[in-house]
Amino acid sequence: MLPVARRVVRTRRELADVWTIEIEPEGDSFAFLPGQFNMLYAFGVGEAAISISGDPAESGRLVHTIRAVGKVSEALARTRPGDVIGVRGPFGVGWPVEAADGADVVVVAGGLGLAPLRPALYRLFGERHRFGRVVLLCGARSPKDILFRSEIEHWRARLDIEAAVTVDHADREWRGNVGVVTTLIGRAAFDPSNTVAFVCGPEVMMRFAAIELESRGVRPEAIHLSMERNMKCAIGHCGHCQFGGDFVCKDGPVATFEQLRRRLALREI
Amino acid sequence: MIEGMERIIREHRFFAGLDDETLAFVAGCTRNVRFDAGQYLFHAGEPANEFYLIRHGRVALELPVPGKDAITFQTAGEGDVVGVSWLVPPFRWLHDARATDLVRAIGVDAKCLRRKCDDDHNVGYEMMQRFVPVLVDRLQATRLQVLDVYGTSR
Amino acid sequence: MTSSDRAVLTRDGLDALIATLAADGYRVYGPTVRDGAIVYDDIAGVADLPAGWTDEQDAGSYRLKRRDDDALFGYVVGPHSWKKYLHPPRRRLWRAAKTEEALTFTAEPEPAERFAFIGVRSCEIAAMAIQDKVFAVGDYADPQYRARRDGAFVVAVNCGEAGGTCFCVSMKTGPHVMSGFDLSLTEIERGDLPVYLIEAGSDAGRDLLARLPCRPVEANDITAADAAVAHAAAQMGRTLETDGIRDLLVNNPDHPRWDEVAARCLTCGNCTMVCPTCFCTTTEDSSDLDGGGAERTQRWDSCFTLDFSYIHGGSVRSSSKARYRQWMTHKLATWWDQFDTSGCVGCGRCITWCPVGIDITEEARAIRSDLTRETKP
Repeated sequence: MLPVARRVVRTRRELADVWTIEIEPEGDSFAFLPGQFNMLYAFGVGEAAISISGDPAESGRLVHTIRAVGKVSEALARTRPGDVIGVRGPFGVGWPVEAADGADVVVVAGGLGLAPLRPALYRLFGERHRFGRVVLLCGARSPKDILFRSEIEHWRARLDIEAAVTVDHADREWRGNVGVVTTLIGRAAFDPSNTVAFVCGPEVMMRFAAIELESRGVRPEAIHLSMERNMKCAIGHCGHCQFGGDFVCKDGPVATFEQLRRRLALREI
Repeated sequence: MIEGMERIIREHRFFAGLDDETLAFVAGCTRNVRFDAGQYLFHAGEPANEFYLIRHGRVALELPVPGKDAITFQTAGEGDVVGVSWLVPPFRWLHDARATDLVRAIGVDAKCLRRKCDDDHNVGYEMMQRFVPVLVDRLQATRLQVLDVYGTSR
Repeated sequence: MTSSDRAVLTRDGLDALIATLAADGYRVYGPTVRDGAIVYDDIAGVADLPAGWTDEQDAGSYRLKRRDDDALFGYVVGPHSWKKYLHPPRRRLWRAAKTEEALTFTAEPEPAERFAFIGVRSCEIAAMAIQDKVFAVGDYADPQYRARRDGAFVVAVNCGEAGGTCFCVSMKTGPHVMSGFDLSLTEIERGDLPVYLIEAGSDAGRDLLARLPCRPVEANDITAADAAVAHAAAQMGRTLETDGIRDLLVNNPDHPRWDEVAARCLTCGNCTMVCPTCFCTTTEDSSDLDGGGAERTQRWDSCFTLDFSYIHGGSVRSSSKARYRQWMTHKLATWWDQFDTSGCVGCGRCITWCPVGIDITEEARAIRSDLTRETKP
């Protein structure tokens, strides 16, 4: 599958090692589902799977949020407006926002996990009347690691959304919650029997968030997690992203806790 | 006054589902308290004479570190309980608890409740059933904190 | 089956078959002896085939040996499989060119060459069908693979004897070639030199057969051919009980046997390289020194490497236990979830070419028998 060349039009530093880059769709609009990802190619360096972090309603903007952790993500994160990168996608199964129709929605984000959840949040907020209570629970390592901080503050100001942020490690200036993100689940107001949950973050964090949601009464088939594995081809051909019988790239990345539970508890699967 | 406390503690998440008799029994050990932002609910090392069920506001649980800022390892808010060391000898606090904004809480006289737990093991069992999950949750939260799951950011 | 579908070829007729395929524009690949093994390579005629050779195989052992006849197909399978042609070990996916204004990607052209494969075993046809399910179907079918596969002319061979590590009967993939071929051959003894019962399995095969010098089939040709295949089926070197194998492996990720096999496994990846169904690949990106051009190359990868499951921070499967378990569980169990088939065809290559002789049939049996013991009071 051939990448398509697209020009970077805007970049923004989010955190010390995290950048958001906005790419022009070059003619066609770029339709995607919340939770899907693209394969982004930095010329001569390589390709990496990057989730889409923009608004699905604005198909004229293709937005990705990238943590510079390897040579490819480093090269992608440091692109400048005017640079051209290669894009393949969108790939994968996203957040089933439609399945939450009429239900309460609890979104639990840990660290950079907020990036692939943001398109779902935009859709939830954009069609707010379709859902019951909407709860956003964000965890970060420390106050300086809170992704999309000003946007979260903006959401917190809305009266129809409950948004809470917690950090694992606080500094002296931090006046908010301290503790892992799972501690927010017990305090949030939602009807567990009629709740759909979207959880994204490090695998350990997702596992314990799902356990906490389930212990509050949320059905495991209504808890959706987004898995991360090594993705090379994104089309189920290269084998790298296998997680048991699933190819995370095409059978996921989003799947239910019901589907994932057993494998999440196993080591080195 | 005691009837008023009964109503207040019945509304608190921590005592949800407690039967009337036990509730009345426990209410006899409680009082309404408030702390202004910056005020300490208690300090590490002090006798654990009163613990708190938070009704409003946020409390930072801190570990004092000599020569440094105290480390906040957890915050507690509405519906949470602050202080568990009152249950186990030597009945002294192991951390500081500081109100980060205006805090309204139910103060529970620990000696009074310990006595009631000793006298009536049904009350003791009810309290254990409520405190053990708090301890388990806190232990689990601490484990996750130790994992530092968000990794590399500096 | 009509008489036009079946005939008997002599060795000269077989030579004519190879020559005709070449004349028709096919690049003809077949078995030949090289470096002490029977491998697949270009062949120009019968003279290139491994006449009078056989292979003695066991766990971790492969030896060529002289036969006491002149059979051309008197061996089973070697270290190569046809996947090296259909799913090449290394291929460029695309090239990119960068100028001031633009970045352009150019796909690798679809292969113009058509392949003819001589001497494809029943298990190998099954392996091709399995790789078809990976590469040739769905929204993301690989046009390069499809072009190679659709263009290929398959001349199959029924096995007259089985090797020491063969277990196609267990996997229900052989030894009798049933479908997926253009022509099939069965080598039968007749006088000094064997002859070949040839059957057409497709229109292309039928057309070609009509152009070959051959004689009509006699009743005893059929009897001899059937006997040869029955002989192979009765001679399997290994067996693997497949009943409930998917659940057996998926439900026993912590079986102590995984630790035992991991203590022997070198995680060298030989089994994945010789396996005719293993399909995993990785990619390499490179750029020209002047920075104006770049390309992406795909190459075979193995789930036995640490890099295979790497996500930032480390490898998901860092222990050799986890990597062997992944390979075998995928092959025999989760392959069913993904492609509704086993990933194993029972060719035995992974057993033969394992440097320490790990035997997939033995590992499956160990996990099964230990459980049987555990469930008994």
